[in-house]
Amino acid sequence: MGWLNFIIESLAFGATFIYGSTGEIITEKSGNLNLGIPGIMCMGGAGGCLVLNYIGKSNMNPILIVLLGILCSFAASAVMGVIYSFMTVTLRCNQNVTGLAMTTFGVGLAWTIMAKLQQTKYLNTPKKYYRFPFSQNVTKWQEMGLDSMQKLGVMFFLAIIIAVLASFLLYRTKVGLNLRAVGENPATADAVGINVTRYKYIATCIGSGIAGLGGFYYIIDFSGSGEAYKSLEAYGWLSIALVIFALWRPHLTIVGSTVFGILFSCSSYITNISWIRTTMATKPLLRMLPYIVTIIVLVVTSIRNKKENQPPASLGLSYFREDR
Amino acid sequence: MNKQNTVKEPFIHITRRVSIKPVYSILIRLGAIVAALIVSGLMAFLLIEKLSQNPEKIGQYYISLVKGSFSNGEMTWKFFKNTAVLLCISLALTPAFRMRFWNIGAEGQTLMGVFGAISVSFYLGGKIPESLLIVLMFVGALICGAVWGLIPAIFKAFFNTNETLFTLMLNYIATFFVSFFLLKWVPSGNALGILEHGWLPTPIHNYFLIIAVVAIMTVVLFIYLYYSKHGYEINVVGESINTANYIGINVKKVIIRTMLLSGVLCGLAGFLIGAGLDHSITSETVGGRGFTAILVSWLAYFNPLIMALMAGLVVFLEMGAEQISQTFDVQGAIPKVIVGTILFFIIGCEFFINYEIHFRKSHKEEA
Amino acid sequence: MEKNVAIQMKNISKAFGSKVANSHVDLTVCRGEILAVLGENGCGKTSLMNMLAGIYFPDEGQIFVDGKEVVIASPKDAFDHKIGMIHQHFKLVDIFTAAENIVLGIDEEGRYNINDVNSRVSAIADKYGFHIDPKKKIYDMSVSEKQTVEIIKVLYRGADILILDEPTAVLTPQETTRLFAVLRAMKADGKSIIIITHKLHEVLSISDRVAVLRAGTHIATVDTASTNESELTEMMVGKKVVLNIDRAEPKNPEPRLVVKNIRSVDEDGNEVLKGISFTANAGEILGIAGIAGSGQRELLETIAGLHPSNVGDVIFHSPKKNKPVSYFHKSYEKVLELSKENKFHYENGERVDFTGMRRKDIKKLVNDEKVLFDEDELIDLRDKTPLQIRELGVRLSFVPEDRLGMGLVGNMDITDNMMLRSYRKGDSIFVNRQKPKALAEDIVSSLEVSTPGLSTPVRKLSGGNVQKVLVGREIALSPKVLMAAYPVRGLDINSSYLIYNLLNKQKENGVAVIFVGEDLDVLLGLCDRIMVLNSGKITGILDGRTATKEEIGFLMTKTDGMGEEKHE
Repeated sequence: MGWLNFIIESLAFGATFIYGSTGEIITEKSGNLNLGIPGIMCMGGAGGCLVLNYIGKSNMNPILIVLLGILCSFAASAVMGVIYSFMTVTLRCNQNVTGLAMTTFGVGLAWTIMAKLQQTKYLNTPKKYYRFPFSQNVTKWQEMGLDSMQKLGVMFFLAIIIAVLASFLLYRTKVGLNLRAVGENPATADAVGINVTRYKYIATCIGSGIAGLGGFYYIIDFSGSGEAYKSLEAYGWLSIALVIFALWRPHLTIVGSTVFGILFSCSSYITNISWIRTTMATKPLLRMLPYIVTIIVLVVTSIRNKKENQPPASLGLSYFREDR
Repeated sequence: MNKQNTVKEPFIHITRRVSIKPVYSILIRLGAIVAALIVSGLMAFLLIEKLSQNPEKIGQYYISLVKGSFSNGEMTWKFFKNTAVLLCISLALTPAFRMRFWNIGAEGQTLMGVFGAISVSFYLGGKIPESLLIVLMFVGALICGAVWGLIPAIFKAFFNTNETLFTLMLNYIATFFVSFFLLKWVPSGNALGILEHGWLPTPIHNYFLIIAVVAIMTVVLFIYLYYSKHGYEINVVGESINTANYIGINVKKVIIRTMLLSGVLCGLAGFLIGAGLDHSITSETVGGRGFTAILVSWLAYFNPLIMALMAGLVVFLEMGAEQISQTFDVQGAIPKVIVGTILFFIIGCEFFINYEIHFRKSHKEEA
Repeated sequence: MEKNVAIQMKNISKAFGSKVANSHVDLTVCRGEILAVLGENGCGKTSLMNMLAGIYFPDEGQIFVDGKEVVIASPKDAFDHKIGMIHQHFKLVDIFTAAENIVLGIDEEGRYNINDVNSRVSAIADKYGFHIDPKKKIYDMSVSEKQTVEIIKVLYRGADILILDEPTAVLTPQETTRLFAVLRAMKADGKSIIIITHKLHEVLSISDRVAVLRAGTHIATVDTASTNESELTEMMVGKKVVLNIDRAEPKNPEPRLVVKNIRSVDEDGNEVLKGISFTANAGEILGIAGIAGSGQRELLETIAGLHPSNVGDVIFHSPKKNKPVSYFHKSYEKVLELSKENKFHYENGERVDFTGMRRKDIKKLVNDEKVLFDEDELIDLRDKTPLQIRELGVRLSFVPEDRLGMGLVGNMDITDNMMLRSYRKGDSIFVNRQKPKALAEDIVSSLEVSTPGLSTPVRKLSGGNVQKVLVGREIALSPKVLMAAYPVRGLDINSSYLIYNLLNKQKENGVAVIFVGEDLDVLLGLCDRIMVLNSGKITGILDGRTATKEEIGFLMTKTDGMGEEKHE
């Protein structure tokens, strides 16, 4: 059952990207290209872990612990979203530079916070709670040979729900219509009375919050290691790439993330299969795969060039009403 | 006639500035830097335990910031060396940026440059004369950087493939490419040690040659971008593809030629790092400077001369922040926090240069 | 008949930086009337109306709706007071459907259901006599369909006061008539309509009252019934102007550009040029009329080498007959090659034969302008790039419709924009800014371009000045063919006439001028011949001196007997 385990594991790993790219899609739909996602995901992780550091070993109700962790992670990254929005929407600074500075700042602050926390407090006990429900009967899964089932916890399902909900919100509701209009053509949205600034702020903050959950999920649930936060920056960049992969549709991030997860883990999987003869040096080549596949998807969509699959028309541009 | 007293009006009104006196724009920027230093001090105060326990040491904080770059002669050399390397990568990005080709792949292109130089030295070191070796390393670095820059350019030119993500992905591929060769060269998985052959000569000082090369490159690139026909074409293509077609510029050719230049210059940066400084390679050799360079190029409005100042400023902050974390003995990534905070202010102050804020006086009643 | 005042604007002023758009303007609109706001381009009509629509906020003054003072700080406030504006540049989201655009930004009770919206949109359309498919995407729509969406968008919000900014600029005479019928239906329904325009005959045919603005100030508001065209013109322009364009008879016209059966498709594979054939003569202005999007842009771009075409010919007649070879060719090898093809004669009619002559002597003969061409040369321009066309020695100038997006680079200064055409000259790898600078100075002074300086980015100049820079540069190339697409769009009367005069002067110099216009009065006054384009085909070429507006309007809109039955 090795391959099934492998698929489940990839799914679980992919949830990190589901959060990251769903968050970035919501942000981009408002016309903000947030390159600060890597920093924001780190901060999401640090924010959640910070509060768990205080309550993780307490006698608090496990449900409350889980909820508080998620809430604080969301809040910490949403605050980063506020800073980004203030810079790009209110002060109309260049989005790319602001995003890069956000990444520097966020990664730095998150690492500084994480270095002060104690792994035994924020990680060891809470991890069990977050891995509800499948972690309850580990032995049963082990007997079936599906150890990785225990990795599908509360936050994995939350990721799926958020992605589906985000798609519904964007493409089936009035708010979604308004938000997409802001990203496509803010002057039009403004002229029909949509508060462009408010939409940009809220979308960016919620998007950042969701992306931040990805960081938290990765540290506390999927990886469960004290060093996990150090890989988050790279996953942040990948989440941004996945947005294109998913053609700006949040529910497609589920598919994209899984494919990504599979490609990402296949290097360790394949090198463990005895009949494929590999050397140590093959591993880095296999690890290129997710990136190469992204490039292929990128090239294929650019060749097909369909109007509905393009980025929001005013992505990356700040809006000033009196500009003529 | 009308007795309504509570007519609400927007209190703050923002307009775009038509022009601004240079004095004001310099003052605004200086103000931003002062504010940034104060806020970064506050951040440090919150995050550094030794500082929050001994608030009187705040003076040391600022002294360390300066000391990081200028505590002694050797440090100052190091400051200029770091500036030169960062500037070199920023300059490499600039032609592409002026063409609105958002190449964020300098990290990978530079790493490939280092790889080009080091692999030549690894395979041929000791077998051919030293001067020939250095020339071959130089050529190898430029070719590798160029190839890494050309791939996305070709796809951009022919299929309009998004270059930002393409170049970002190539960064990672470069990393694993280098890891692959490292494992071939050193199968045990240990680091590749310092290579003995193919060291750049070091007149005057270890770093002198690097600094001189980058200084010359800055001036040459400035002239290229502002006074050459190529530079003019880059501008036109960046401003409007339609106009470029209209006057008969071959846009595809310009995109590919400019990215080739960008890649070659990244390769040059890689050569300077490989042959002049590290004499070895890891997948982390470039260490994020490719990303910082994007910021530097942007902050300088893509002007090579201003870029030299900006690269200096960023390196000054980084080295200062490094010194601070030594002085106060802190772990984590405090330097990044300090640099990030200060960058926010430098970026944010552009608003006050481009826009004007009016506070509306209350509405006057008419009889 | 006593009318209720719907909107009163009192003492309104607005400035952008140092530029005053409106100063102390008063304006009143009543219920159930059509008010025309008349003025030249740049007189502040649009910015005044934008203050009603909440796009701009007045620096000074008050606005009353139904007698109550109101603050309109955003478009939302405007909608709350039932004011809706249809902008000249449509504000629509391209990838949305008509219905999605219409419902955008409305806070409604209940769940959002696009099917309900679709049926409500259809209901409004039926009430006033529009035709629209609510599910059609904007990017698939024609200009007049987009305008319909804009109007329904405003009505859907229950607006009682509609502002239309130059609504007829993009419409055919027939579409205009239909629009006016709709406006009258709305007026009968008790709505107030403000129509911004600079076309006098429209003012007279549709409005009840006219408010005239000049240079940002309100000149007068008069009843339409009690005024006439010349009185309005005088108020609008300030002094009596003669609205006549001098039109000289073409002097010995000869074919310069012959287009034969050109066909072309756009990016989506739709055929946009369906077999176009015509001849543009030297010393003549050829006008092109047609509804926007009938293939005018593609035709000019095909000739200029910007749009691919796989069928047909574009033949340029290079007037070389009896002209010295040295005018056209500098390269010795090229001259030698042509002489072998027996293409030259001497002044006295003797054939040229260089065989056995020394290189030095040949060069001297050529440089002394002793060697002349026998015949005009025919050059096929189809599928040549703009660069190849220039390298063939064809001097073709093109003033494109999109001035700042194609003809000029908005962020560059005037000097650098002058260089666009000439920067390649010389072998040096560096650009030479001396000559372009001299040219820029020349154009600024001779065409009276008002600019703070040569180093001002052209996007900061006003529309008229931008156009002067562009036309000036294209004429400075001393072209043989000059193509101009909508060269007076958005220009005030004086600038427009300056452009007409420049085109006329080119015509007198023997240039073949091709002029794409939208104002039929101008086409009839300026052009020697008028070619009418209709969905990628030529439906007629008329004599500019005898044709009538109705004739052209009919050709612009008529459909083939065998084609699809779109016409009602």
